[in-house]
Amino acid sequence: MSYNAARPNLLAAPAVLWLVAFMIVPCALILLFAFFERGVFGGIDYNFNFGNFARVADPLYAGIFLRSARIALTAAGLAILIAYPAAYAITRAPASRQPILLFFAVLPFWSNYLIRTYAWIVLLNREGLVNNLLQALGYHGEPLSMLYTEGAVITGLVYNYLPFVILAIYSTLSRLNPELIEASRDLGAGPVRTFLKVTLPLSLSGVAAGGVFVFILSIGNFVTPALLGGGRFQMVGNLVYDQFLSANDWPFGAALGMVLITLMIVLLMFQAHMTARASGETKGANADA
Amino acid sequence: MTGSMNKKPLLTIKNVTKKFGPIAAVDGIDLDIYENEFFALLGPSGCGKTTLLRMIAGFEFPTSGAILLSGQDIAPLPPEKRPLNLMFQSYALFPHMTVRQNLAYGLEMERLDGQEIRRRVDETLASTDLSELADRKPEQLSGGQKQRVALARALVKKPKLLLLDEPLGALDKKLRERMQLELKRLQHEAGITFVIVTHDQEEALVMADRMAILKSGRLLQVGSPEEIYEAPSDPFVANFIGVMNFVKGTMDSDGSFSAGDYTLRPGNPVKSGPALLAVRPEHVSIATDGQGLAGVISDIAYHGLDRVVHVRTAVSDAPVQVRVEADKGRGLDIGSSVHLTFNAEKCRAFDAAGSVTATEKEKI
Repeated sequence: MSYNAARPNLLAAPAVLWLVAFMIVPCALILLFAFFERGVFGGIDYNFNFGNFARVADPLYAGIFLRSARIALTAAGLAILIAYPAAYAITRAPASRQPILLFFAVLPFWSNYLIRTYAWIVLLNREGLVNNLLQALGYHGEPLSMLYTEGAVITGLVYNYLPFVILAIYSTLSRLNPELIEASRDLGAGPVRTFLKVTLPLSLSGVAAGGVFVFILSIGNFVTPALLGGGRFQMVGNLVYDQFLSANDWPFGAALGMVLITLMIVLLMFQAHMTARASGETKGANADA
Repeated sequence: MTGSMNKKPLLTIKNVTKKFGPIAAVDGIDLDIYENEFFALLGPSGCGKTTLLRMIAGFEFPTSGAILLSGQDIAPLPPEKRPLNLMFQSYALFPHMTVRQNLAYGLEMERLDGQEIRRRVDETLASTDLSELADRKPEQLSGGQKQRVALARALVKKPKLLLLDEPLGALDKKLRERMQLELKRLQHEAGITFVIVTHDQEEALVMADRMAILKSGRLLQVGSPEEIYEAPSDPFVANFIGVMNFVKGTMDSDGSFSAGDYTLRPGNPVKSGPALLAVRPEHVSIATDGQGLAGVISDIAYHGLDRVVHVRTAVSDAPVQVRVEADKGRGLDIGSSVHLTFNAEKCRAFDAAGSVTATEKEKI
């Protein structure tokens, strides 16, 4: 056997061990819990059945799932709508200025997630900055109740995940061969049609990556809905959190978690598929450049 | 030949200058290109040929000067409104579309009806030998196939003028030679004016009806390949096209040129004083005795059909290259003393001003 044949596997061993110990095993345990029942005094009754999954389908919980999905989808959509023009503008800037623009786009990331979310409370509450500003501008009605609404939650999610989306879209746009845009113009398409028929289709993998990212992190998020949605606002993340820490119903919490994880895996596979398709295309486009 | 001076030019470039900051990439170029012509813009990299091409296509705007297509100033028109097409060096095929969709793209933009588009795409696919690849994506094509698709995508639009930016640059030598003739055939069949940008002088000689030599943004010479090969206007052009030997000497007032003790009367006398004589390897004869320019053989390169003998002399910086038929060069050996005689009629003389340029010979 040659000296390097086995080595790549050995080099991967620490990462594999890490994943097995802290990802595969816990997931398998959660999956297992999902098929048992809550004991009378908490704990787990090892009584195999599908009852927890039936409960997930209960309109009460299914409704929370659907609302979470709607919020996550809205957040992903808004993030894409805001990030795309920003990423596009950055790729059009002189190459020497692009790193600094990207730096500013990512800057919020360097502060703590909680602090960034609390900042929105300061901005949105009834005596907050936004209401004060409105009054200074001549608005004398009742202060707006913006905090503890679905809108506040979506705003917080979009704000927190926007840099990821800008980066994801920027990375596909900046890899686009500029001669493709010129070729489209040369063949008779104006700037708008060139964007719709060439630039946009070829940057969809970045849009999908950013969108899936926001959706997955949003649908499972429990910090933002807890802080900006107030107590009366529940998303799947809060529900799972409550089952484990308040209701002490680990099996039901596990079932909810498994459904959530399955949904995320499906979406990630979709995104991987988009990326694989796009990488084949860019390879083809740049091979002779 | 296209000595069509009485015809109206299709494209007129009038005193066009393009500056990037303080640097003029294109510096006051005047050029007429006629209908059905295969025209080559030739020059070393950085000479401004691609910038000129991009100005014609509409991707750069001249700092000053005008570009007329069929007498109309196209400067205010964006690229999509110009009745000409550009074939990009990277081919720029749309990676998310099949070959057929790539070809149809330009026709869809003209808002032709579906049947017409189909008919024209099929016709062009057939004439460029691409019918069987119609449903492939660019990533599934070889370099040569991509090149044909890029050409077909431009031809299907039936432009008045087709611009080609280093169209054969990415292909290997064998394929390139085949495509040179193929391009000429397609140009002839389609009856479209081709303007090709290349740094490869051989390519330009084989394909072009006329060519322009550019250097540092300026036009040095325009003419047919033969004119430029036989009568280059300055030492740079002489050296850029084909192989050229340069001999240093003096021009006398009676029109004779002497280098060492070798004297001859070149086809074009220049003003007396220090001068440079340019002669092609095929216009030099070599003999082991007799008269002529004395030298020593430093190298012999066998090329199959002929041998190129390199002769070091006292009056040339680089060895003088002599082309002899392969079977006649047998008696010659490295290190032996020889005498060279030039076909005086075919020699070009340049005055002292030109000799500065000749030192750039090594750089190219």
